[in-house]
Amino acid sequence: MERTPFIKRNPASTQAAAVSDGSRIGFENVSVTYGALTVLHSFTLTVNPGEIVALIGPSGSGKTTALRAVAGFVRPSSGRILIGDRDVTNLAPYDRKIGMVVQNYALFPHMRVDENVAFGLRAHGASEDLIRSRVPECLSMVGMSAYAKRYPRELSGGQQQRVAIARALAPRPQVLLLDEPLSALDAQIRRSMLDELAKLHRDLPNLTVLYVTHDQSEALTLANHIGIMRDGRLQAFGDSKALFRHPPNRFAAEFLGRANLLPVSGLKPADEGMAQVRFGGIALSARNHHGLADGSDCLICIRPHDFRFSRSAAEPNSVSGTVLSVQWQGDVHNITLNIGGEALRMSCPPMTNPPGLGETVSVHFNPAEVTLVPEDGARG
Amino acid sequence: MAEAAIATAPAPRLSLDRLWIAPPLLVLATLFFYPLGLIVRASLGEEAPSLATFEQVLRSSQFLDALYRTIVIAVSSTAGCLILGFVLSLVIAFVPFPGAKMAGRLIDTVIALPTFLVTLAFTFIYGSAGLLNETLMHVFSLELPPVDFLYSQWGVILAETTVYTPFIMRPLLATFSTFDQAQIEVASSLGARPLRIVRQVILPAALPALLAGGSLCLLLTVNEFGIVLFIGAKDVITLPLMIYGKAIQEFDYTTACVIAVVNIVLSLGLYSVYRLAISHFGGRRAGVV
Repeated sequence: MERTPFIKRNPASTQAAAVSDGSRIGFENVSVTYGALTVLHSFTLTVNPGEIVALIGPSGSGKTTALRAVAGFVRPSSGRILIGDRDVTNLAPYDRKIGMVVQNYALFPHMRVDENVAFGLRAHGASEDLIRSRVPECLSMVGMSAYAKRYPRELSGGQQQRVAIARALAPRPQVLLLDEPLSALDAQIRRSMLDELAKLHRDLPNLTVLYVTHDQSEALTLANHIGIMRDGRLQAFGDSKALFRHPPNRFAAEFLGRANLLPVSGLKPADEGMAQVRFGGIALSARNHHGLADGSDCLICIRPHDFRFSRSAAEPNSVSGTVLSVQWQGDVHNITLNIGGEALRMSCPPMTNPPGLGETVSVHFNPAEVTLVPEDGARG
Repeated sequence: MAEAAIATAPAPRLSLDRLWIAPPLLVLATLFFYPLGLIVRASLGEEAPSLATFEQVLRSSQFLDALYRTIVIAVSSTAGCLILGFVLSLVIAFVPFPGAKMAGRLIDTVIALPTFLVTLAFTFIYGSAGLLNETLMHVFSLELPPVDFLYSQWGVILAETTVYTPFIMRPLLATFSTFDQAQIEVASSLGARPLRIVRQVILPAALPALLAGGSLCLLLTVNEFGIVLFIGAKDVITLPLMIYGKAIQEFDYTTACVIAVVNIVLSLGLYSVYRLAISHFGGRRAGVV
């Protein structure tokens, strides 16, 4: 008897309708404990249909645990996990209608590429006719049609990862879980795979993706929204651009984009959401995006690329310091300055005459591009 | 020119480096090939070499029955070992339970035990005066022991299965310890239920280990002597037991040597099949070894 799970013959008509309400991922106060150790604390998050949400954080932050909880490999000690309107908390992984790609590809070594891709279809009882049409379609989607009859050991890492993606997509899953899928690839192939993943999502706009990575550039490139995790807790969540420009706390600012955080005091409100603060004896302006209270002490968050060299220290929003290090990385110069005892990183286009070590320089920033961040007391 | 080259070429000299092989060859010849040669020589008769005894033995119903029983017991025991070993290894390797590691280590201990020990234990449990029969006779007020399979071919098969299952489990557990668990998780996420995962993901990876362990079991069970003798099952005569009977009880050394030669040929044949199988499945198809 042929079962018809989440494989549909006509994706254009049926999938869109099904995905619109069936592919949302919801975490509702999900906690995961191993004995006395809690690795996920009351985790609440919604991934809307068709979105890519990236969970980033350092090792042990709980991001992979969250993904594995959606996949069904980790049983929450409390809370609920929803896929669409279905409570899948207690469902076995094979009943969850998900696709999953892992870091080491996990292709079945004794099966050829086409057999790997057909595995999920066969597991769901798809007919041979459907398998014969769907497998080439999926291989074509990832540009692997020419490799259908090869064994995984005959493929490069990037090719294996493409096959893993085709295999995950073959049964038309409602959600796709990507667990550090590019970590095992070298830098060049990783960049190319990032482009391909972005293209794939443009081709499959209804696919909901939960993407776990420790690489912020992957998250910023692919994700609509980013969740930043630490110690099993969601530290920050929001639109990727907004989170980058206006991180809500120190950890988010430092983890996403390695921002400079200078301690400032005496916040005074100004027009159009701006505020004035003091760094030592210097007056600086910045956006008060988070509405911090008047007179409060906080941090000013300045991205390394937001600094420009000043002609003089008298320019507004300008600080002066000595050069601690200069690194040339081809398309960028990274410079570290000592400003009032704080190490401050700046990056700028390559210079023919970069400042020398120990030289005193002045730098400034556009106040509309920097933001004030509450001091949460914890350093990342 | 060619003649000159030949004339000036250095004469081949016996390299002293190659002499290292002589001592082990000497030991092998003294301890293995010479006795083996004696057996083969003895099988051809005491005087002029002849195949007459071979013909006589190979046509005897006693020998054919022993050969048949040897093969049935060896194949059945090996099949039992493969099934039991695979299931137990799956549980130990993939089903988390307290003491799984300890259970894995115990396998080595079982391998180290003498084979008759299990047979002795079986006698205490399933024997006529064993625990099971005494309990059943007491509970149901029976006059005769109801369970008497131990002293039959099935008793031998059960004992050999118990003794040799660890020989399957040891290579299997080694294979499973390096098995990529992510394959199981991905298969599960693709909709595969446990049985399909075992059949299509784990079993192909385990095939080389099963072949290696199974072949070893087959070799050992074909030549098993102690268990069959210790159980003393009526009418269960295998080739090794027949050799023992002819040589020690009947002093018919020529017949004993003929059967021994057949036993050796059988073992070497099984070993050749094992090598062929491992090179075919293990190397090319499984992609694991």
